[in-house]
Amino acid sequence: MKVVLDRRTFLKTAAAGGALLLGIHLPGCREERGASASLPGSVQPVGFTSTFAPNAWLQVNDDGTVVVQVAASEMGQGVMTAIPMLVAEELEADWQRVRVEFAPARAEYANPLMGNQATGGSTAIRGFFQPLREAGAMAREMLVAAAAARWGVAPGSCRADRGEIIHLPSGRRLGFGELASEAARQPLPEQVRLKESGTFRLLGTPVPRMDTPAKVNGSAVFGQDVRVPGMLFASIERCPWFRGKAVRVEVGEALRLPGVVDVQIIDAGVAVLAESTWAAFKGRSALQVQWSPSKLQGLDSGAIRARLQKALDRPKPRRNEGNVDKAFRAADRTIEAEFALPYQAHACMEPMNCTAQVGSGECTVWAPTQAPGRTQQTAARITGLPPDRVRVVTTFLGGGFGRRSEQDFVEEAVELARRTGRPVQVAWSREDDIRHDFYRPASHSRLRAALDAQGRPIAWHQITAGPGLAQGGIDIPYAIPNLRLEQAVVEPGVPVGFWRAVGASNNAFPVECFMDELAAAAGRDPFEFRRDLLADARPRAVLELAAQKAGWGRHLPPGQGRGIALYRSFGSFVAQVAEVSVEGERVRVRRIVCAVDCGVVVNPNTVEAQMESGIVYGLTAALESAITVRDGAVAQSNFHDFPLLRFDAMPQVEVHIVPSGEAPGGIGEPGTPPAAAAVANAIFAATGQRIRALPIRLGA
Amino acid sequence: MVTLSVNGRRHDLDIALDTPLLWALRDALGLTGTKYGCGIAQCGACTVHLDGKAVRSCVLPVSAAEGKEVTTIEGLSEKGDHPLQRAWIAEEVPQCGFCQSGQLMAAAALLAQDPAPNEAAIEEAMKGVLCRCGSYQRVRRAIERTLAERARGLA
Repeated sequence: MKVVLDRRTFLKTAAAGGALLLGIHLPGCREERGASASLPGSVQPVGFTSTFAPNAWLQVNDDGTVVVQVAASEMGQGVMTAIPMLVAEELEADWQRVRVEFAPARAEYANPLMGNQATGGSTAIRGFFQPLREAGAMAREMLVAAAAARWGVAPGSCRADRGEIIHLPSGRRLGFGELASEAARQPLPEQVRLKESGTFRLLGTPVPRMDTPAKVNGSAVFGQDVRVPGMLFASIERCPWFRGKAVRVEVGEALRLPGVVDVQIIDAGVAVLAESTWAAFKGRSALQVQWSPSKLQGLDSGAIRARLQKALDRPKPRRNEGNVDKAFRAADRTIEAEFALPYQAHACMEPMNCTAQVGSGECTVWAPTQAPGRTQQTAARITGLPPDRVRVVTTFLGGGFGRRSEQDFVEEAVELARRTGRPVQVAWSREDDIRHDFYRPASHSRLRAALDAQGRPIAWHQITAGPGLAQGGIDIPYAIPNLRLEQAVVEPGVPVGFWRAVGASNNAFPVECFMDELAAAAGRDPFEFRRDLLADARPRAVLELAAQKAGWGRHLPPGQGRGIALYRSFGSFVAQVAEVSVEGERVRVRRIVCAVDCGVVVNPNTVEAQMESGIVYGLTAALESAITVRDGAVAQSNFHDFPLLRFDAMPQVEVHIVPSGEAPGGIGEPGTPPAAAAVANAIFAATGQRIRALPIRLGA
Repeated sequence: MVTLSVNGRRHDLDIALDTPLLWALRDALGLTGTKYGCGIAQCGACTVHLDGKAVRSCVLPVSAAEGKEVTTIEGLSEKGDHPLQRAWIAEEVPQCGFCQSGQLMAAAALLAQDPAPNEAAIEEAMKGVLCRCGSYQRVRRAIERTLAERARGLA
């Protein structure tokens, strides 16, 4: 594939990267990169006499190492490995000599699909697949040109291979490191040729993750692990109910406790600053705080649910195809069902935290953030500094799932660092984390369908009640001629945010459970019923693969059942077959067979891991936990009342990838949406009981 | 003053006796491989060994660790090459990785005490360590790989 480079973009990045156009490194750039050198897996590019950095994404050092800037946050999804694979593939680098650094916050590191430097919406590979391969190809061409010039031969007679340039007729070789300084003097190529997918050496292979060694020996630095000389630790007492403010604080014993140095009232609540995390926690528990009342204090889950349900009667139109009313009038029979989903917390294993230092004219923020660009803007706003004086060091993230796109923890750390003049780490307790999240919204759906005399669905009418965030991600791949989607946007006031798969996490459950109900009403097998309604090859292939690998139709003992669900989200198709056993009111998920078509695969091992991960996330929401609201406050607080799926409940999960040359789809989120529906449909197969609310409570 | 022996080294710490061992490790000794996840012994991210047994350091006062040997993830092996760590790498267990110190320490204590744990024993030892990324299946495979290597005399 031949790509004409967008010359303006690359000129800009080349100038910012420093090496080529200016012939020198911009010192600020060097410093910023060095700052992340304490992170495992990164190297400090100081001490090299010459380096070659044709764009902001990569640098070839004179020792032959290649350093790739990873502008996406590593929160478990494997970007720290997949991103350099894109560069190394086109660069023809020696993978053993590829190093990575987490990129600083800078405009040129924006993900093209997100429009800023943020990791979310399963966009890391989708957004960077093309530009990072171009970046690698560009550097390759310049290394080839440098070697050809050195040898006095035609560039076309040279080839890059595993970190070397080879002159094909003579067999002469030069390493990338030996060519770095000369490559830096080559003109930027006008266009580059990208490799054909059949010639990939790295892409599509299970390259081991870069971050595994540091994550098994305790050396990986998460936000919580940042240590800065002279730092204070802060714990913030927060109003139990939404939007209350501290109006009166009795510090009491707090300031007399050993290690406690300060108490500060900020927007988020009352912060106790101390020499250790534990002293901050203890100081906090000694506070007596009076909070302002809030209009949201009357909020209650039962009332919210009733409000959502009532809103279903007054929806607004959203999408209309064909003539739904006519189809319903002509129907042989109609089916209707309502589905309810609760609020969900992200519950990242690493509670929210951030460390900040505000000095004269500069600020440093060490943050486990999904959005370093927003982190920079947030710190600039609070300190009054220009954004380029705010250095953001992105650490490893102990889970993200959308929660770490928010900036509340950054605001707190920067504000406290600004006030105290010392580096401050804000350490959230688990209770803070569960009770002060931006929750996946609760939603309520009403679905109606019309079947003709042959049991074929001829109309689909779906109403969704809930916040705007719950209205997205509705995808119905089935050939149903008349379709009406309506929405009743209700914002009860509970803070909501992006949760793994966002709207698809609300809507896959009603859509795919209802499809199962239609199949039953039509007297059809739920797999065949779906398959016969799929006109497109991709979802059909995914559905068929999952069914085939699961042994769909094979006999199961009494008390066991098999359920299927299919959902497209973030550009990928995922089908899952769940096998469950039901004993009394106890559900055990025994096995999940997952098929995925995510387009071209960068790292199959990561795709598998992300499907496993998305499934477990979906199973926790299906079986284990929910957030409820009482008197304007979240009723849950920790893992005893917001339980996660545990090791002993883990089903056997098998992942099968459909080979594909299509554009890459996302993998971080699409595994989650179908899981709850597959399990609910399996419970129906086992017991005849329909599940229309989550979490699943048989007998409730 | 508390005297702790951690990973074979003695430390005299001037901290309150009721300080949980977790915070002595993380904030006083800088051993940040052991994680804070819940503070109430529900998630297991803080799992360390006390005289070889897995304990949740977030609820164990430092005073209870005096006179005993504490082992953290940093001390599990010299070079990160404990058989379980090697198996963890081979099975690509970690995703975000935050819980993995706890997973490894729980598994290591089990295998140190029981040369050939059965399914039930593995579940009992591992169900106390949460993983929000859902790495459980790989944790199980890594433990089984280690046991298989041990059975063949390799580990």
